[in-house]
Amino acid sequence: MINKDVWDKNRGGRKTRSAIGVFLTGLCASLAALALLAVLGYVIYQGARAVNPAFLTQLPKPVGETGGGVANGIVGSLITVALATLIATPLGVLTGIFLALFGRGMVAESVRFLSDVLSGIPSIAIGLFAYTLLVAPFKHFSGVSASVAFAVLMLPLIIRTSEEAVRSVPQTIREGALALGMSVYRSTMQVIVPAARPAIITGLLLSIARVAGETAPLLFTAFGSPFWTVNPTQPMAQLPLQIFNYAISPYEDWHRQAWGGAMILILAVLVLNITARFVFAAPKNRQ
Amino acid sequence: MDFAPHAVTALMGPSGCGKTTLLRCLNRIHEILPKARVEGKVSLDGEDVYDSGISAIELRRRVGMVFQRANPFPTMSIAGNVTAGLLSDVPNSARAQIVEKALRGAALWDEVKDKLNQPGTSLSGGQQQRLCIARALAVEPEVLLMDEPTSSLDPISTASVEDLMESLAKEYTIVVVTHNMQQAARVSNYSAFMLSGEDGIGHLIEMSETRQMFTKPTDPRTEDYITGRFG
Amino acid sequence: MRRRADSARRSDAFFLFCVYAAAAFFVVIVAALFVMLTKGSWLSLQTFGLKFLWTSEWNPVNNTFGALPLIFGTVVSSLIAIVLAGLVGILAATFLADFAPRWMARPLSFTIELLAAVPSVVYGLWGLFVLAPLIRSYIGPALQKTLGFLPLFQGPIYGVGLLTAGIILAIMILPTVTAISRDVIAAIPEDQREAGMSLGATKWETIRSVVLPAARTGIFGALILALGRAVGETIAVTMVIGNRPVISASLFAPSYTLASVIANEFTEATSDLYLSALIELGLLLFVVSFLINAMARLMMWTVFRDK
Repeated sequence: MINKDVWDKNRGGRKTRSAIGVFLTGLCASLAALALLAVLGYVIYQGARAVNPAFLTQLPKPVGETGGGVANGIVGSLITVALATLIATPLGVLTGIFLALFGRGMVAESVRFLSDVLSGIPSIAIGLFAYTLLVAPFKHFSGVSASVAFAVLMLPLIIRTSEEAVRSVPQTIREGALALGMSVYRSTMQVIVPAARPAIITGLLLSIARVAGETAPLLFTAFGSPFWTVNPTQPMAQLPLQIFNYAISPYEDWHRQAWGGAMILILAVLVLNITARFVFAAPKNRQ
Repeated sequence: MDFAPHAVTALMGPSGCGKTTLLRCLNRIHEILPKARVEGKVSLDGEDVYDSGISAIELRRRVGMVFQRANPFPTMSIAGNVTAGLLSDVPNSARAQIVEKALRGAALWDEVKDKLNQPGTSLSGGQQQRLCIARALAVEPEVLLMDEPTSSLDPISTASVEDLMESLAKEYTIVVVTHNMQQAARVSNYSAFMLSGEDGIGHLIEMSETRQMFTKPTDPRTEDYITGRFG
Repeated sequence: MRRRADSARRSDAFFLFCVYAAAAFFVVIVAALFVMLTKGSWLSLQTFGLKFLWTSEWNPVNNTFGALPLIFGTVVSSLIAIVLAGLVGILAATFLADFAPRWMARPLSFTIELLAAVPSVVYGLWGLFVLAPLIRSYIGPALQKTLGFLPLFQGPIYGVGLLTAGIILAIMILPTVTAISRDVIAAIPEDQREAGMSLGATKWETIRSVVLPAARTGIFGALILALGRAVGETIAVTMVIGNRPVISASLFAPSYTLASVIANEFTEATSDLYLSALIELGLLLFVVSFLINAMARLMMWTVFRDK
């Protein structure tokens, strides 16, 4: 390929071809960015017409009646996601601490590997897991089973970001703490974890954003409900489920509401992502 | 080798001869690295510090350490850094006194007394290093290990830390690692010279009173090093 | 003195116990995933055995379950996605890593990565109401006019179908391909580029003949990783693929995937065998995506090991 003779023969042609090549790469990058704008723009365009105070505060109306809202779905989603965060955070952060500070050799490598691989397991398979574990034995759907599925989905990201956050605290800081005669527990929780906190929170926010939009596992865990549902041991309304059901329904007014729900969901997820990136992504080295 | 109480002992030698490693074995801080092991015996007041009955945590409270680079805890204030090593059962009322005493001990009090709640990392390099010294003093150790405490400081900060070492020696037993001979000569009462042998393992070549080592070294290798004829 | 040391030692022991227990529990969860899915699909595994994988009748009415049409739909829609996203993503990654000016590269990267944040159900909604009509009225007829001699582009155009699902999937995996390829390309040492340029090559020629070949393994890993995502993607695909368990040569024809069958039929499954067959589809997805991801991770580890 790199052959001077060939290249010298056709200098002008090579320049043109190179320019076209570079142009093509730029075109593809713009195309990818445009895809986001196309989706985002259309969702906001359609959604803005559906979202109003009633949409945010009312329950769904029965089939055939127009109007109504997704208030129960929003509240239901907030509850399941919050529960999932409560389950996943201690488990994920502690596992991350294990990988960064204590785990060595094959054991740590295996945990890291499993965590990486788990992040690629389809959410629907994890939903089935939650079903066989928490729905089938109790013979009814529940918000808790959805939270467990969410928690499993959140774990890989929390583990990975916590490990990296803790690992990025300089070794000198850790030695400084131990040299004072601090116990391992105190040096970890009072010195190392506080120093790693912004990055850990970034990971948490991103993992929340990841599950907030999940729909597939909800189908057979939270199941959905047209009523007010605040008890996580029972079936619960969920915003993504409402969007899905409205979208594939034959009713014009439900399509409108699907767009409204989609706008709320996408804005929430984007705000979480951007907050994670810019607010908590603290300057790396404050020393 | 013995480290004399209430005196400064300097460990000197070219880099890679094991000064820092030796120092880190004295308070078992090397144990946090994987695959570290110790052969031989380290005693404090006649007690073997590697005895299974002695906890590394307890030992480190008695043998404080100051590192090559100042490492104040990034999320804590100046006062928070000083009290970081205190146990939680120390009442709040006592803490303010301890902070003042430790900071005075580290000759930092006058510079920071009005901004105790600012982050420790907001101080200059020399101040940060003295903050780390204050942090070590607050735990009231008997021995203070210093690993090239001035190597990342400017000359003026270095002078203030050296002055500090001299005054601290009245109360503490200090072991300082340095590859700077002038510094060893200035601050220490006793000196030890180490050199890594052909086998890559560090050996103690000579240990004596600093004045004697710099005037009449017994080992020719020490003389070579001191007079700069090395390598 | 001793008492205090003892209490520190006790709290340390407890803390370490928690840390190790968390890691162990995490491993247990992954193992439990496999065990529970296997247990749930036991009835179907026993009834159909390996036949499940290559018989093509999916008929709940007479309790016959063969996954072949679903595997076909999953493979074809994912392949369309990989081809499209691979092409666009690798070129975009090249641009971001080597050609884009600094002020442009960061916001552009961030925008593309945000594509990964958009929820699946939103893509489905958009695909159903924007992309599918476009394909029915414009893209499909145009393809049929130009490439209609290929069986791939024959037959009626419904709007929903394999092609629509493939395009939606392509958009969804694009950020994965782009971000990882960009990192891999950026990780190729600068001296490789300098060597190419010093031979008189233009920057484009250097990238094409020196940098991209050197980044081959990592980019391949990125594609595999993206494939794993495409295979398991559920809701968006369910909304735009047409949901019919048939094998057809045409990309315009409706189809069905492993994941979308589960999504559509699980809560309606009446018999135990039906339910068990659906869970077996989930087990199949789990095993396949586990293997795909394991492979991709091993490849990425070899690429980034030195860093």
